[in-house]
Amino acid sequence: MIDLSINFGGIKAPNPFWLASAPPTNSGYQIMKAFDAGWGGAVWKTLGVPVVNVSSRYGSVNYRNTRMMGFNNIELITDRPLADNLREIEEVKKYFPDHAVIASLMVESRAEWEQIIKDVQNAGADGIELNFGCPHGMCERGMGSAVGQEPEVLKTIVEWVKEAANIPVITKLSPNISHITDPGLAAVQGGTDSISLINTVKSIVGIDLDTYAPYPVVDGKGSNGGYCGPAVKPIAMHMLKDLAQHPEIGKVPLSGIGGIETWRDVVEFILLGATSVQVCTAVMHYGFGIVREMEAGLRQFMEEKNYQTIYDFAGKALPNVTEWKHLNLKHKVVAEINADKCIGCDLCYISCDDGAHQAIALPIDLTNRIPTIIEENCVGCNLCSLVCPVEDCITMVKRDDGTESLTWDERTLNDDIPTTFDDDRAGGKGHFVPTPQDALKHRK
Amino acid sequence: MAEYKRPKTKAEFDKNFKQKKPLMNDTEAYYEASRCLFCYDAPCIQACPTSIDIPLFIKQIHTDNITGASKTIFDSNWLGNACGVVCPTGVLCEGACVYNHQDVQPIQIGRLQNYATNKTMDAEKVIFKVGESNGKKIAIIGAGPAGIACACEARTLGYDVDIFEAKDKPSGLTVYGIAPYKITNEEVLKEVEYLQKQLGFNIKYKNAINSKEELKSLESNYDAVFIGVGLGKTRHLGLDGEDKEGVVGAVEFIEELRMKQYKVNVPKNVVVLGGGNTAMDAASEAARMGARKTVLAYRNSKERMGAYGFEYDLAISAGVDSLFNVTPIAITGNGKVEGVRFAKTEMVDGKLKTNMNNTFIVRCDMVIKATGQAKQGHLYDLINNLDIDNKTRIKINDEFQTSNPKYFAGGDAVNGGAEVVNAAYDGKMAAQGIHNWLTK
Repeated sequence: MIDLSINFGGIKAPNPFWLASAPPTNSGYQIMKAFDAGWGGAVWKTLGVPVVNVSSRYGSVNYRNTRMMGFNNIELITDRPLADNLREIEEVKKYFPDHAVIASLMVESRAEWEQIIKDVQNAGADGIELNFGCPHGMCERGMGSAVGQEPEVLKTIVEWVKEAANIPVITKLSPNISHITDPGLAAVQGGTDSISLINTVKSIVGIDLDTYAPYPVVDGKGSNGGYCGPAVKPIAMHMLKDLAQHPEIGKVPLSGIGGIETWRDVVEFILLGATSVQVCTAVMHYGFGIVREMEAGLRQFMEEKNYQTIYDFAGKALPNVTEWKHLNLKHKVVAEINADKCIGCDLCYISCDDGAHQAIALPIDLTNRIPTIIEENCVGCNLCSLVCPVEDCITMVKRDDGTESLTWDERTLNDDIPTTFDDDRAGGKGHFVPTPQDALKHRK
Repeated sequence: MAEYKRPKTKAEFDKNFKQKKPLMNDTEAYYEASRCLFCYDAPCIQACPTSIDIPLFIKQIHTDNITGASKTIFDSNWLGNACGVVCPTGVLCEGACVYNHQDVQPIQIGRLQNYATNKTMDAEKVIFKVGESNGKKIAIIGAGPAGIACACEARTLGYDVDIFEAKDKPSGLTVYGIAPYKITNEEVLKEVEYLQKQLGFNIKYKNAINSKEELKSLESNYDAVFIGVGLGKTRHLGLDGEDKEGVVGAVEFIEELRMKQYKVNVPKNVVVLGGGNTAMDAASEAARMGARKTVLAYRNSKERMGAYGFEYDLAISAGVDSLFNVTPIAITGNGKVEGVRFAKTEMVDGKLKTNMNNTFIVRCDMVIKATGQAKQGHLYDLINNLDIDNKTRIKINDEFQTSNPKYFAGGDAVNGGAEVVNAAYDGKMAAQGIHNWLTK
């Protein structure tokens, strides 16, 4: 019997699907609708001293036929009076006592922190999330990512909050920093119960080619936005991994955020150590109903792998994410083209010839367009298999027998690495490359 | 079996002749363009008689560089807009699309092409430059696709160009001879007007070149002459009763239909003779004009028809019936056609034999002969030293030059009857041939 319920650092929820603090959690109406649709928790749109927002707030990166592959916003925290939000928190908790309602907070002074914590606790919030991430607008006023980028300041505020709060505290981190473990460790040292990440990435999504203003354009001007959506998922997963593998930070629960849209994304985040996930852009694109696909897929995955709870597989990929120097240099794969499946687009040929290692040849007689792999030139880079538009047409086949293993680290210890510019031990020494003049052969 | 009601208004005519390749909207074009794989050495380019860089213009459409896309198209094919919709793309570019090997719908290249050029034409974007004048003049006989393409190319090379056209509209068969559901008159004329506005070639309408004197005058007033006269009237079959009222040639029938549209009166029962694409068009058109029964009669088997399969399917879907292995031996009737007497045919030792002992009559009020057009031999006879082959096609060399060095030729007059795209290619190449010859 699969049980999707979680206890995330003291915050209980019927499932790990939470709405991130963002426009979809602006009101009690939206959150009730989301819970009704199947979401297990929601982090309320950040509360604080209400702001004044601009009109024209979102920008998008469309890729080929996909809209909102990347998305950015310049919207600030809530612009609604605190009392209205508190009343609605209370109402939501009355209807959904078992769902997680988390109040995202962002204020300046210690007194403000203490007051607003008291207020949201009284309203019945199950937890608090500290917004140390917003990279637009609020950071200009010394809040949001301005705090996330200063570990010492962050730690101090977490300490204030922990002293004042009697409900669990989540610290939400900004990715706009070199080492995510710096603010991560500060949060843990400040006493946070858990961490969520990532907030949005500082971005410009595009420039209007007539007015020369960045999107979203506000009366001829624009400002950097916070980037999110599927495009940021790889960045988020890497930062999640960094925290999860850290000996200190890895001890607190981690809530994964950043481009999550499908069950596969959810499973990947959990495999990298997340035990709740937060979603915004996918909901802004498709509505709350998107959770149906996430839940069905997660259940299917757990059933097939025979997991009862998400804790059974949380972090299972972490041991396999290692440093480059520990990778086996004896491992060897080469590309194989299934001629029966090949449709002759020859993208593998041109991508290899122009963008990789000149290891694919076209038929000389031109009776067909099916390319072949020149195995001795193939370094097993995967590029051809990535550009191939046909499922399973190009596969990477293992050529070593798996008995040998030798890493860079081991070679370094053995004193067996290239050390001079023309060292004979250069990995590509003697590897075939055409002559520069071959590039101009077609000119005759 | 009549599928169509007789059209009595322009609106009803347009409904019966609904465009087979309607103009794409922006969203459709965006999504369709996004599917293109940008193949290396793309098969679609190889399949295009004018070698348009198709992946490039599709990418340009996708990045909203519509003007650039149109430039890419017109740079290879001066009739790029018309060809987008009238080309048999299913056997050319779209037939070569690699998606076909994956049982995925090929990219709708023709419609994307037409989308780009239409937008550019409607926005009246100026994308061509007349070449610096070299003081030389070219005369073009015939304002069909070959002649128009030759004129455009010659103008970019700096030549003054006069086109002599027998009729009162440009584009030849593109406007007079294409089935109305493939392209409208307005769209055909729009493209020529767009080109003419930018490139400034002259077209002298109702100015057929028919005499030795006229040719002499061209020869003395121009540095080169391009013959783009296409083909002539429907060939006489020599059938008993062929001159009866109600017996018409397909080319003449289609021309009347394109010009007069719903005002053409097609009777109840129609027999179309022939098995080529023109026969399919004529039959389909008769059916769409409300003929109660349209019978397509071909002397050989279905497999041996010259028409593309999709053209035959289109005729059948319009409600046309077909008869194979029958050959007409006489038109019956008293002054007016009342029927066609056919004899059965069969293949004997690789030769088609007519069995005169097995004949029958198909009753009808109209016979459309789609059995080929006559060549313009009378004109060729007037030109000194002009070599023609045994099918009365003008012979040319690689530079599109005829045996009389002052004359160049292309299009149907040379190939005996092919697609608009082939004529467009010939015209362009002939202009380059003329340029090479005059600058040698």
